[in-house]
Amino acid sequence: MRKTWLLVILLSLLSAACRTDGTPARTTSEPEFPVTISSGDAEVTIEKRPERIVSLSSTATEILFAIEAGEQVEAVDDQSNYPAEAPKSDLSGFQPNVEAIAARNPDLVIYHFDPGDLADSLEKLGIPALMQPAAVQLEDTYQQISDLGLATGKTEEAEDLVESMKKEITEVLETVPEFEDPPTYYHELEQTYFTLTSKTFAGEIYSLLGLENIADAADTEGSGYPQLSAEYIIDADPDFIFLANTKCCAQSSETVAQRPGWGNMKAVTGDRVVELDDDVASRWGPRVVDFLEAAAEAVSELEPANA
Amino acid sequence: MIASRAETRQGPVVLRPSSLKPRWLVVGVLVLGAAVLIGLLLGPVALHRRAVALEIVNALPFVKVSSGLSESHSAILWQIRMPRVVLGGLVGALLASCGAAYQGVFRNPLVDPYLLGAAAGAGLGITLVIAYGASGASLLLPGAAFLGAIGGVMAAYILGRSGSGSRTTTSLVLAGVAVTSFLTAVQTYVQQRNDETLREVYTWILGRLSTAGWREVLLILPYAAVSALVLFLHRRLLDVISVGDEEADSVGVSTARVRLLVVVAASLGTAAAVAVSGLIGFVGIIVPHTVRLIVGSSYRLVLPLSILFGAAFLVLADLIARTIISPAEVPIGVVTAFFGAPFFMMILRTSRRNS
Repeated sequence: MRKTWLLVILLSLLSAACRTDGTPARTTSEPEFPVTISSGDAEVTIEKRPERIVSLSSTATEILFAIEAGEQVEAVDDQSNYPAEAPKSDLSGFQPNVEAIAARNPDLVIYHFDPGDLADSLEKLGIPALMQPAAVQLEDTYQQISDLGLATGKTEEAEDLVESMKKEITEVLETVPEFEDPPTYYHELEQTYFTLTSKTFAGEIYSLLGLENIADAADTEGSGYPQLSAEYIIDADPDFIFLANTKCCAQSSETVAQRPGWGNMKAVTGDRVVELDDDVASRWGPRVVDFLEAAAEAVSELEPANA
Repeated sequence: MIASRAETRQGPVVLRPSSLKPRWLVVGVLVLGAAVLIGLLLGPVALHRRAVALEIVNALPFVKVSSGLSESHSAILWQIRMPRVVLGGLVGALLASCGAAYQGVFRNPLVDPYLLGAAAGAGLGITLVIAYGASGASLLLPGAAFLGAIGGVMAAYILGRSGSGSRTTTSLVLAGVAVTSFLTAVQTYVQQRNDETLREVYTWILGRLSTAGWREVLLILPYAAVSALVLFLHRRLLDVISVGDEEADSVGVSTARVRLLVVVAASLGTAAAVAVSGLIGFVGIIVPHTVRLIVGSSYRLVLPLSILFGAAFLVLADLIARTIISPAEVPIGVVTAFFGAPFFMMILRTSRRNS
């Protein structure tokens, strides 16, 4: 794999050096195929530049379009609602139908979840399949972007995207004040109080902002997605309530304030109930920067004395 | 096993008023009272026990004491814990008494709101309203659940009767299984076709006891009251029906009318329970049978005791659900089955050894 990388870099340098007609380097750099990329626990080899990609992962769809590989995408799954120009289809990423996928005649399938034998079935059909599971940390996101760049022949665009994300994240973090006593938060996934801990991907984003998660006590070894008791949330009285169920379930700062017993919580009276975009807060693609910005904006308004 | 046992008991013998044991009613009230008290005292947030007791005393008319609870702890007690205990009790009472009523009216010890298709029907009704109804249609949910529940039971009943010409135990149970599968399939399909509402549907189906407030209590109270009242008024007629249709007709009881009224009332109760608490299995079958094993099969005792013990059982099950891995929650259906099934087997064994 490292060898391939070296080759890619050398080639792009070479093509940049040979450039005489003034066109930008990225359009002329043509990374060499085949490439071999890690896919979940295994590896996948892609023989030539894919032109009919089927993406069953909304995050992968967002990455593909962000690295200008959108034209190589044939179809995306029914959850891929961003960007608008993505060719949304009725394919399902949660209950993938191998026949329906094969009917699209793909030369690369990207998925985030295998309910059982998706990988095996696609392999039997000779369709290369790239597994990109849910990221656990930001590094995973950067790795997946690089891998998709490699898989689509858009390595430079991918590297540019990673660099710009890193830069933007650093800039956002510079605007956030430092707290001696870290402010606490509760991130709501749905209104029976399913939440996430700081060990999850979104949890890492909040940790970057210096926030402390009230759910960590509820899930010391588990999945990172516990269901909390209302009593506990009210008693913990977090400084921030982040809602990731505004689109699915019509939750808002108003509905939170109306919940029994929630009206006197710090976050409610202090107007620190933050309405997030469900999709942005649950995917691990380029828009994680938007998620960070939304959270950072709320945190910046908190007077250190309140923390 | 249960079938043969219950059938042998369902003779005129059970109608001896002298053999009724009213002291069990006192026991039932005490058990429920204790369950509610424990439910209020314990929770994920440790409230001072004396303060909780004082708060409750303070709520009595003409009494004024200061409990010393902070504002947020007072909110936790009155707006979170109290309505949840009350709602748990209501749902348990409904599921248990409706289960008992279905078993009596169909003369079948195996039926319960789940087996008969009532719960699956209610789930479908709720899914349809969420998927296709206007936003803010949540007030329609109990009504939609009721239509679904009654439709499910009627379908199971008609199918069960047409299958073999008579309402045998097996054909009714099989019809219930078939109707439940069918309704669940339709519900899953509707849910999949409307994936933008998927999460909201799941929230309802998996139960909302964990988010219950007084609003939910008020929402089901009228349905619960009507259902319980109708069932309670029919407790003697259920005894008559349990003897047999011909015998009942011969003493001037209109079995068809009674059966219809009881089924409608039980479906109303099931629907109300499902609408606020989601699908909680096992209560409707385990509680009435436990009661029967203790006091015999006269509905004059089985019905009120099912209400009391059903309420106590669910209050305690919910207490476990919210405390055992506190501050995280366990779905209450897991608790009812995990503790209910072994408890039921224990009761069954003990009573067999005794008889």
